[in-house]
Amino acid sequence: MDNVLLARMLFGSSLIFHIIFATLGVGLTLMILIAEILRVVRKDDDYGILAKRWTKAVAILLGVAIPSGTIVAVMLALLWPGFIEVVGQVIALPFTLEIFAFFIEALFLSIYVYAASRLSSTMRIISVFFVALGATASAVLITNVQSWMNTPTGFNVVNGEITDVRPWEAVLNPAFGYTAVHVASSAYMATAFVVASVAAYQLLKPNLKASEKTYHRKGLMVALVFGAITSIWTATNGHASAVGLHNNVPVKLAAAEGLFETQSNAPLAIFGTPDPEANRVVGGIELPGMLSYLATGSLDGVVVGLNEFPRDEWPPLFVHTLFNIMVGIGTLLIGLSFGALAYRFIFKKREYPNWLLIPIIGSGPLAMLGIETGWIFACIGRQPWTIYGIQRTAEAATKSANLGTFFVIFLTLYVFLLVITALVMRFYFRRNPLINEFNSQSPSV
Amino acid sequence: MMEAYVAIIIIWLFLFFYALGGAIDFGAGFWSMFYFGRKDTTAASIANLYLTPSWKVTNVFLVLFVVALVGFFPHAAFTLGSIMIVPVSFVLILLIIRSAFMVYSYSVQKYTKAFTYISGITGLLIPALMLSILPIIIGGFVEVVGDRHYILYDRLLTSPTLYAHIGFGLAAELFLSSLFLSDYAREAKSMETYKVYRKNAIILGPIMIGMAVAATMTLIPEAMWMVENMASQWHLFALSVIVFSVGYSALWWPSRKGRVGQPRVAVVFMMIQIGLASFAYGWSHMPYIVYPKLTLYDALTNNQMFYSLLWGYGIGMAIIVPLFYWFWRLFLKDKRYLTNEEVDDVR
Ligand code: HDD
Ligand code: HEM
Ligand code: HEM
Repeated sequence: MDNVLLARMLFGSSLIFHIIFATLGVGLTLMILIAEILRVVRKDDDYGILAKRWTKAVAILLGVAIPSGTIVAVMLALLWPGFIEVVGQVIALPFTLEIFAFFIEALFLSIYVYAASRLSSTMRIISVFFVALGATASAVLITNVQSWMNTPTGFNVVNGEITDVRPWEAVLNPAFGYTAVHVASSAYMATAFVVASVAAYQLLKPNLKASEKTYHRKGLMVALVFGAITSIWTATNGHASAVGLHNNVPVKLAAAEGLFETQSNAPLAIFGTPDPEANRVVGGIELPGMLSYLATGSLDGVVVGLNEFPRDEWPPLFVHTLFNIMVGIGTLLIGLSFGALAYRFIFKKREYPNWLLIPIIGSGPLAMLGIETGWIFACIGRQPWTIYGIQRTAEAATKSANLGTFFVIFLTLYVFLLVITALVMRFYFRRNPLINEFNSQSPSV
Repeated sequence: MMEAYVAIIIIWLFLFFYALGGAIDFGAGFWSMFYFGRKDTTAASIANLYLTPSWKVTNVFLVLFVVALVGFFPHAAFTLGSIMIVPVSFVLILLIIRSAFMVYSYSVQKYTKAFTYISGITGLLIPALMLSILPIIIGGFVEVVGDRHYILYDRLLTSPTLYAHIGFGLAAELFLSSLFLSDYAREAKSMETYKVYRKNAIILGPIMIGMAVAATMTLIPEAMWMVENMASQWHLFALSVIVFSVGYSALWWPSRKGRVGQPRVAVVFMMIQIGLASFAYGWSHMPYIVYPKLTLYDALTNNQMFYSLLWGYGIGMAIIVPLFYWFWRLFLKDKRYLTNEEVDDVR
């Protein structure tokens, strides 16, 4: 296999692995903050227990989140030296600032966890606030580089040399705003549904004590309310991202939607396969005019199609499916969370029946799938470019051999660590059942 | 040209902190394994007491070093990337196994022992493997064909200097962590643990120095240019040996409380010693990043980026340094933490 392909596989699989842990790190720390605040506001210790058990989960996840992040950071430099060469000249700032976000997160997390009993409850809330801030800031900063890759600005190229660098203009590139908001909100959303899944799974168990039931119900409610808000928010700023693509990276939008001909009144195609021979998506559902409406705000807005671009600048056409999966999951989860909340608050039903709990169990894995497909779409949809319009992936890649062996080793390691992490979680929470928490009402985490 | 030296000194500083922090971190992991399950000493739990809150912070220093290196010297990426990929990938593999199993060992009591062994051994190997990179970038074992760099593995793997470097990595890691933990045990008022680590430090100190000399001597046939430069820095190396001797002797200095040894003095002197020696080593390496093709000047970023990075690091440090101080107070000084039994179930 050729080197570039191996580098892409190795790097892609590492990120697919890292993003699972990173997303939960971003989302859970915010949910812990919410639980700590609810505990003080409602004067209800169940929220303290939620915060405590989520914190334990974060501590376990960090064992892999941090080294896997270190792996992707180092691999970025090793596998994509051509890319890093440009990064170091134009967009090194967010990487630098990200380090300080990591420091803030790591320092305050240790303070929150291991100094808890020595801190007042205000200080605890402040500490966990900074943990959440650090986590979200690191996600936003890394996304900054990714948005710059889509809309590279802040430099000129003269005879292949980079000149006249304006670092802040690069940071404030056109795609930064909407991309960062979408990434953060989707991480919160995905975590909310993962938490809802776990709570729903617990509630399905027979023979729960009354106190356990109330506890899990509170956890489920926090997660569902948070999930409903963030999923609406994600869809809104996801729409803004699509408009951003229309303005800045039209070829990516065209590939996402399987649109070949530039046209007004462009249809929105849901699922199906883009067929370059037929010049349209076959086997999908078409909503006439919808794409024009979504991208430009009016039915007769003109949307650029793939045929405007040379063939060798098309991304692989299967990104259409990835995009549809992400949007589909977003829509589905909005329905699910609002439906479940309506059941609770409009129809005033206190207990969820099994037919509602079972789909909620599925929501967590679905939301994570949304994150994965979204990112894979964002990176593969940029192909053949690593830096849109500036550098092709083949120019960015390392020339060294041996990548195949490492791909196999790392992939094995990731699978192994996923299994081990799941087992450790299970083992820990089995060994330390909820009942113990009710008995030892100590405030420390 | 000034900029290149400012940048490399910043990078040296980050590397210095990571070398110290990493040596103590991985060493502590090893001691926590070495004394695992021993009823007669609390050496393992002192090591864990240090490790649990700090390993994440230590790891950030590694990332800081890498990011600063490619940020300031982006044109080094192609060369470094192609010669580093194999050794660094192995470091990364060990790193993720080590961190995961260290964290998991606290969570699954049933397998604590097995997990502690896995993380202890993998951690022990990391600094050794990292140091094995040094003889490569000195240029002795690299062949350049066109724009590709190849490591000559058969020559590397049969050369004594590789093993001397690995031995130095191991000895330094074990010595520095013992010394640091002896001071930490004193802070925690655990005399008996203090004695254990003091004894380790006494044994390992001379081994470290011996290994350092061996690593340099075995370099002669491989990279004469480096050895010559090091010889011209002899006064810094000599000073570092003197500082080492003073610090080492502090392990016997009397203290007011009737204890033998002043571990805090020893730790401070060893930090200075490592600082001096690594600075002298780094200085002898100049102006090459990878000998003989890649110099600092070729690799440096442009002026605009250089100055905005300086601002970035400056402001970031201004925010983070007070935080470090607070952290240090909470976990390395606070008696309530150091004598807290609760810590075990908190993990
Ligand atoms: C739970 C996850 C999730 C969900 C439900 C959605 N997204 Fe998303 N989306 C992401 C998670 C995500 C992501 C993983 O966070 C991406 C990848 C790169 C990025 O910037 O965010 C992303 C990228 C991304 C992009 C590409 C941006 C780019 O490449 O520059 C667009 C156009 C959308 N999304 C649009 C939407 C729309 C219209 C949604 C409607 C509901 C939606 N997303 C739901
Ligand atoms: C959008 C995708 C990403 C998100 C949301 C994200 C987020 C995070 C978060 C939150 C952490 C801290 C883990 C925790 O404390 O919970 C983390 C760790 C890390 N990430 Fe990622 N990350 C992403 C992609 C990347 C990429 C592409 C790189 C490399 C260029 C990277 C480099 C790192 C590093 C170096 C760490 C470890 C930091 C440490 O030592 O504490 N991440 N990431
Ligand atoms: C964490 C979520 C992410 C996932 C799952 C992901 C996934 C992928 C995949 C699958 C590829 C291979 C694409 C291909 O070559 O066909 C890739 C390439 C790449 N990604 Fe991402 N990515 C993520 C985030 C990021 C971020 C935040 C950055 C920016 C720092 C980034 C930078 C790159 C680069 C430089 C490449 C290689 C060059 C290229 O193929 O364009 N990725 N990623």
